[in-house]
Amino acid sequence: MGLTELTAVGLGKKIKAGEVTVKQAVEAVFEQIEKTEKDVNAYVTVLDKETVLKRAEEVQADIDSRKLDSPLAGVPVAIKDNMCTEGILTTCSSKILGNFNPTFSSEAVINLENAGAVIVGKANMDEFAMGSTTETSAYGETKNPWNLGHVPGGSSGGSCAAVAAEECFFALGSDTGGSIRQPSSFCGVTGLKPTYGTVSRYGLIAYGSSLDQIGPVAKDVTDCASILEIIASHDKKDSTSVNRESYKFTDSLTDDVKGMKIGIPKDYFGDGLDHEVKEAVLAAADVLKEKGAVVEEFELGLVEYAIPAYYVIASAEASSNLARFDGVKYGYRTNDADGLHGMYKRTRSEGFGEEVKRRIMLGSFVLSSGYYDAYYLKALRTKALIKKEFDKAFSKYDVILGPASPTTAPKLGESLSDPIKMYLGDIYTISVNLAGLPGISLPCGTDSKGLPIGLQLIGDCFKENNIIRAAYSFEQSREYKRPEIVLG
Amino acid sequence: MANIISDETIEYVGILAKLELSDKEKEQAKKDMGSMLDYIDKLNELDTKGVEPMSHVFPVHNVFREDIVTNNDDRDNILKNAPEEKDGSFMVPKTVD
Repeated sequence: MGLTELTAVGLGKKIKAGEVTVKQAVEAVFEQIEKTEKDVNAYVTVLDKETVLKRAEEVQADIDSRKLDSPLAGVPVAIKDNMCTEGILTTCSSKILGNFNPTFSSEAVINLENAGAVIVGKANMDEFAMGSTTETSAYGETKNPWNLGHVPGGSSGGSCAAVAAEECFFALGSDTGGSIRQPSSFCGVTGLKPTYGTVSRYGLIAYGSSLDQIGPVAKDVTDCASILEIIASHDKKDSTSVNRESYKFTDSLTDDVKGMKIGIPKDYFGDGLDHEVKEAVLAAADVLKEKGAVVEEFELGLVEYAIPAYYVIASAEASSNLARFDGVKYGYRTNDADGLHGMYKRTRSEGFGEEVKRRIMLGSFVLSSGYYDAYYLKALRTKALIKKEFDKAFSKYDVILGPASPTTAPKLGESLSDPIKMYLGDIYTISVNLAGLPGISLPCGTDSKGLPIGLQLIGDCFKENNIIRAAYSFEQSREYKRPEIVLG
Repeated sequence: MANIISDETIEYVGILAKLELSDKEKEQAKKDMGSMLDYIDKLNELDTKGVEPMSHVFPVHNVFREDIVTNNDDRDNILKNAPEEKDGSFMVPKTVD
């Protein structure tokens, strides 16, 4: 077994036991990047190898002196490029931040670095996390390691492809409407979106602030729980950070679902769901049933209203959040400015890509006077109703089970021409963000084209433990499958 | 398409969004926004009378703290990211004559 095949926690154990050095781990990752990155394009920025090796040396010294004792000490990680990293280029995959070097790191990254993780690079993404394919990146699309002719999903497509292609041992992603779970599903890896407020958003470049959450992407559930335990914290610098009763997630890594109540929303298995995805997900439900879970179908309701509500809310927040990119304090500025306002306008028009402009325009419209009530407030009222539906469901069930995405990864170039069709692909993930719930996607099979299928498990707010337990139990029934990357 | 976006509306939204669109982009934006709004109009099927708009899923409150400086002066580093700077300030095109 090659070194890069190890899970993050598996590698951490070997490093602690002195069987592998941090330097060896870093070198193995760089060797893999050398081999596959040209074809996969999972990174916007790969750090200079000498810099990473220097950090590896420091971490090794702290491990040797027992100063560092975390399960991720010495483990190489990729960070999605919308999280600020001090002194490391942070582009959000946009031209407008093409030269931005943050003067501080995001809280989640600081938590990881304090635990001894070693950053190797910044992962590619859809520009400002707006997209479902990683094709809206200003730095070229990322390709799916399972089939380079297909997309990795998005927006955390670079993070998920990097994990699948073993160009890192784990990654951080962010999830506003499914941006961790959907690409995890497409790339055959495991990704977890925590309850809103669990991981600090300080230093995460905002898209839809009321929906954004940072979360782990890794090879298995054990990794995800261990990473979450490290990145989650109550942070005074994020006013929406929640002070949770418990930050312990690894306790739930038990193969036991006896008596656990699992609900399958009938509404998630209707039109538009690929039959191979459907079969694989229902087979996963059977596995949990055989292990003693009580599985039944139910009506969730309002499923078809989540996407329109989401696009109003997310675009509205984006139009406000992205007002800060004006060519004054950082980032791109047009060469062709005519006065201050002309400079603002031209900078933004040249710096933002098509999808970002589309959402800023829509967001500005739904917030404008005369339309605010009809669109924005209507969407927030719908959100309240959707939350109620989930409250009702979680009064009966511990976990909701369904697909992460209606299909497996589409081919490159097929999605962007029809935005609404692309948005519909987020139907099973988006309502989770509206309701602030935790969700996990993990592999449960492959389709006839050999592309991975993802199982999504959704829990009630602050009940990550239920989905981790169910996911871990299911995971025991199958081996982790690696893609065979056919290089171009 | 039920929602027809007028030239005036696109012009107005462009001002709000601080975006300068070419004629071709404007036509595309009119089409895109129209079809998105058609789709969003689905929400009108729902009776939301008496439902409080929910901006946050948890009851969040203002977080107050004493106004104490905890970070260092990082002006030089911050200005390194500025497209143009002068005498320790961000430089912008001339705003008044």
